[in-house]
Amino acid sequence: MVDSVTTLPGTGRTWSRPPFIKKPWVRWGVWLAVAIYLFVAITSMEVDWSRVIEGLPRGKKFLLAFLPPNFASRWDSIVDGIYESLWMTVTSTVVGIGLSIPIALGAARNLSHPIVYYSCRGIVALSRTFPEIILAIFFVKLFGFGPFAGFLALSIATIGFYAKLLAEDIEDMDAVQAEAVKATGAGWLQWLNYAVQPQVMPRIIGLGMYRFDINFRESAVVGIVGGGGIGATLLTAFDRYEFDSAAAILLVIIGIVMAVEYSSGIIRNHIK
Amino acid sequence: MAVVERGSTKIWHRRERGKQFAIWAVWLLSTAIFVYCWHLISGKTVWFFVMDAPAQAIDLAARMTPPKWSYMNSLWRPIWDTINIATLGTVIALIIAVPVAFCAALNTTPSVLFVRPVALFIIVSSRSINSLIWALMLVAIVGPGIFAGVIAIGLRSIGFCAKLLYEAIEEIDETQVEAIVATGASGPQKLIYGIVPQVMAAFAGISVFRWDINIRESTVLGLVGAGGIGLQLDASISTLAWTQVSLILLAILATVIVSEWVSAKVRHAII
Repeated sequence: MVDSVTTLPGTGRTWSRPPFIKKPWVRWGVWLAVAIYLFVAITSMEVDWSRVIEGLPRGKKFLLAFLPPNFASRWDSIVDGIYESLWMTVTSTVVGIGLSIPIALGAARNLSHPIVYYSCRGIVALSRTFPEIILAIFFVKLFGFGPFAGFLALSIATIGFYAKLLAEDIEDMDAVQAEAVKATGAGWLQWLNYAVQPQVMPRIIGLGMYRFDINFRESAVVGIVGGGGIGATLLTAFDRYEFDSAAAILLVIIGIVMAVEYSSGIIRNHIK
Repeated sequence: MAVVERGSTKIWHRRERGKQFAIWAVWLLSTAIFVYCWHLISGKTVWFFVMDAPAQAIDLAARMTPPKWSYMNSLWRPIWDTINIATLGTVIALIIAVPVAFCAALNTTPSVLFVRPVALFIIVSSRSINSLIWALMLVAIVGPGIFAGVIAIGLRSIGFCAKLLYEAIEEIDETQVEAIVATGASGPQKLIYGIVPQVMAAFAGISVFRWDINIRESTVLGLVGAGGIGLQLDASISTLAWTQVSLILLAILATVIVSEWVSAKVRHAII
């Protein structure tokens, strides 16, 4: 039994749980706005229910396709696609991080001149704006089909993520240590190497592992627009309603993501 | 830190010799892997097209300007759809993510042996599959349209929301819960008076954070037929209507910036 209002025995006074939003008019206003929005949004959604119901048996068929999934009939293209995805993941993560580190140094307010700071922030904002898949569409147009386009799209997306978070970490570093190294007469590069880099190294590696993980997941979709990797195989499997092959590909993706996540967890714990 | 004595002079090194060697070996191995992967990608690339790319880029940029502003009138509806996909998808995800998170958190799960692994599996499988792939799957099952997009965003977000929420639940202050239990509270009372108030702010933060990500993701779902502004993008690209493409990109840019601003405002108000 959960009451929101309790009468205190003997006194006649009541107590109720303090609400999450304190001001009543804000609270009721938020609820009202949410209710109106949900009503308008749901009524404006055009759903073809007959098509949805028609599709339900297909959904059941898809779920049943997982037991057992069919690895055999498309095995060669699954292996090719996964390898291509992994190559893209490795190269784009490395190149992306390589480009990100100088940009992150520039985008850290405590290290750089305001002009450099704002231009590096601009680069970060620009590469964060568009989803990987839109970048991939354009790179496929410019560089032709294949993993090179996917590699470029993922590298650029990496910059937006990695440089931003690394710059924030550099801004949070301990200035006292940096000053101590500077006081020994260290040059700028020595200062970076002995004062800044050791402080942010756990973050550099941790973020790198995390981005590797993200890039692998994304490499599975750039193939949908022709950017190489497992996505193209998956698209074909769905287009032909070969749900058992699609289930096999999805299981392979989930397996690899879990393996990457697990091993990156071990490495990150080791570094801390 | 290591000091090596050579004759009478002491030389300071940053690391012990063994550790330095191990680091060097890791670098060597990583470089070898990178070069190998690069070699394979390069083998699958037609370098003639890559050399040609700058000229292509200039040509494309010329064809994309100026944006066809009059096309904007037919974009309002897709933008509204995109926002709806993101919002309704987030709502669905949150409704499912809350029980999953309580089942996954070590301190609230009904059973560590049976329920928790299931909850963790739901979280992992939802997270490892990109929303575009969920959409691809749902378009094949329930047909193209907004409905597939909403469900795709919902399924993709369950894992993200549940993971962050269960971590928040595991980090609560147990003494507060104990105080509630000491008053004689039952199980649900403990949950509502002891745990929920502590994770409410995290919950609100997570919802807004995911909503912001979902706006970005729902702009591209149309590429596989799951509704939103991606449909127009796909159609304009396949008909080579580049002035429309540039306008759509600007519209996406504006939507993303506005959503980022809104979520920053809301998060600021919560914290």
